[in-house]
Amino acid sequence: MGFFDDKQDWLAEVFAQYPEDRRRSALMPLLRRVQQEEGYVSFERMKEIAEIVGTTATEVAGVMSFYSYYQGLPTGKYHIQVCRTLSCKLAGSDELWKTLVERLGILPGEVSEDGRFSLQAVECLGSCHTGPVIQINDEHYIERVTKERLQALLDGLSEDKPLEEVRRTLPGEEETGKHVIELVKGGES
Amino acid sequence: MSTGPIVSGKDPRFAPTLYAHVGKPDSWKLDYYLAHGGYQTAKAVLTGKQPDEVVEEVKKSGLRGRGGAGFPTGVKWSFMPKDGRQHYLICNADESEPASFKDRYIMEDDPHQLIEGMIIGGYAMAATKGYVYIRGEYKKAYERLVAAIGEARQQGYLGKDLFGSGFDFDLYVHRGAGAYICGEETALMNSLEGLRANPRMKPPFPAQSGLYGKPTTINNVESLASVVHIMQRGADWFAQMGTERSKGMKLYQVSGPARRPGVYELPMGTTFRELIYDWAGGPTEPIKAFIPGGSSTPLLPFSDEYLDLPMDYESLVAAKSSLGTGGVVLIPQSVCIVDAIWNLIRFYAHESCGKCTPCREGVSGWLPQLFEKFERGQATHQDLKTMEDLLDQIEGRSFCPLADAAVWPIRGALRHFREEFVHHIEHGTCAVQSGPRWR
Repeated sequence: MGFFDDKQDWLAEVFAQYPEDRRRSALMPLLRRVQQEEGYVSFERMKEIAEIVGTTATEVAGVMSFYSYYQGLPTGKYHIQVCRTLSCKLAGSDELWKTLVERLGILPGEVSEDGRFSLQAVECLGSCHTGPVIQINDEHYIERVTKERLQALLDGLSEDKPLEEVRRTLPGEEETGKHVIELVKGGES
Repeated sequence: MSTGPIVSGKDPRFAPTLYAHVGKPDSWKLDYYLAHGGYQTAKAVLTGKQPDEVVEEVKKSGLRGRGGAGFPTGVKWSFMPKDGRQHYLICNADESEPASFKDRYIMEDDPHQLIEGMIIGGYAMAATKGYVYIRGEYKKAYERLVAAIGEARQQGYLGKDLFGSGFDFDLYVHRGAGAYICGEETALMNSLEGLRANPRMKPPFPAQSGLYGKPTTINNVESLASVVHIMQRGADWFAQMGTERSKGMKLYQVSGPARRPGVYELPMGTTFRELIYDWAGGPTEPIKAFIPGGSSTPLLPFSDEYLDLPMDYESLVAAKSSLGTGGVVLIPQSVCIVDAIWNLIRFYAHESCGKCTPCREGVSGWLPQLFEKFERGQATHQDLKTMEDLLDQIEGRSFCPLADAAVWPIRGALRHFREEFVHHIEHGTCAVQSGPRWR
């Protein structure tokens, strides 16, 4: 059975966004759906997508490997993407990354033995004022990842609590996600 | 306060408009938007103005593209042909330039503002279909925008015969998947067509042959949101803010060690000093340099001379830098400039699409190799000369501006902090030792 066989309504919705003779425009949404549900895009799925949008699997692979979101190898239940670009670096993302590599015992491309975690260093996520920032799977950012918040995050995920619930209950969560973050309380400079 | 142009956020005549509702409870919902005058401007424009009048008003306002390049928006709109073909309006919401995060909150907290701007823009250019190309990682912004489009469609603000004007406009959201190059408008169109996001040859320009070969205009989120206020309050209202050739309000961003990092809406021409000290609360540690407008803009020393520069297009060019997206990054004394720039070069090396030789071999190949030599303490004076020769070989010779964007931060660093590169050569280590930065 193909991945999209039982998703015909969804496919129709996606194709309705683009001109009828431009089915290839749906390539990225289709890749994303597979990535979201299966954690990576296998060659079988590439062939399937190619057939649906009317191109070759090689073309699909060429598009897929162009972007950092789609993965060609299986990922963990929680695929942790760590921003490493300058503003996050200034907020300590180098140390955050090292800590994750050591604590999870994995490198990019690997999955932890319990199947829970995989790691990827990514470029600027557009949350430079709330660094260091990580994104897990295709979900809301986890901002201002302090040592304390990272510990709470990993603890929560190791207990298999739902990701959104874990994020919402991280210490200090109500302070993040705003367009201006007050870092040091107190008087005006 | 004077009666001259408004060039300070502290001028009593200034109040935020683009971000007036950002951060307010339920601000992303249609009910909230309608309660604050939402869609009234689009209605007035579509039922009371000719498309050409809209283009003229936007031209007259002096609005320049807020995505970084600063091209006059009204002039860009006037390039669209008057023919019977399908026209497209694309909103560039890829926001991938490191240090930029202003468009995100418009989409998260005020998505109807963007939709209204796109309706007006679509009407002005006879574009009946619009796409928002949003970077794939912006999940929350995507959800809010899609929900807002659904609400607008249900109320008849999108679809057929808007406001009884006879004008049809529909809007779709296309998600990226992590590629900086998609911010380049022709690469973005390729990505939307399901192709690899390599940039296209210009000409033909998008206005002649863009998405699916049809006339297309691509505008930044902030530009399109600004149009709503220009059409509501008039070009003269907009143009009283800012300097000679940089008009209106602008969303500036502050990241790095500041007390209140974030997005601040201020008139064009506000000084860096006012942004950094009065709005962002000042630095939390000694600073030696700042990036003025996003990662591709050459950094400047954190000194009185540069802090007092007005944040407008021409002042930054005069300082051999650029206003870019208005993303300011504070670089601390304790961080090595070579190390900081290497971080950005690694970014550009990763994001080069590989289409043209100067970028593939230069930005993805030679530059990272040279920086690694500096980092390992193996670089020589000859390597520094090679790097400078290489910058001349890359700049202005690549297919699209990505390679230039990689060259400029190095130019800025060598102009103002050359001694830190020399220190790496002569001592094999950074001139400063950065301690732990993670809390």
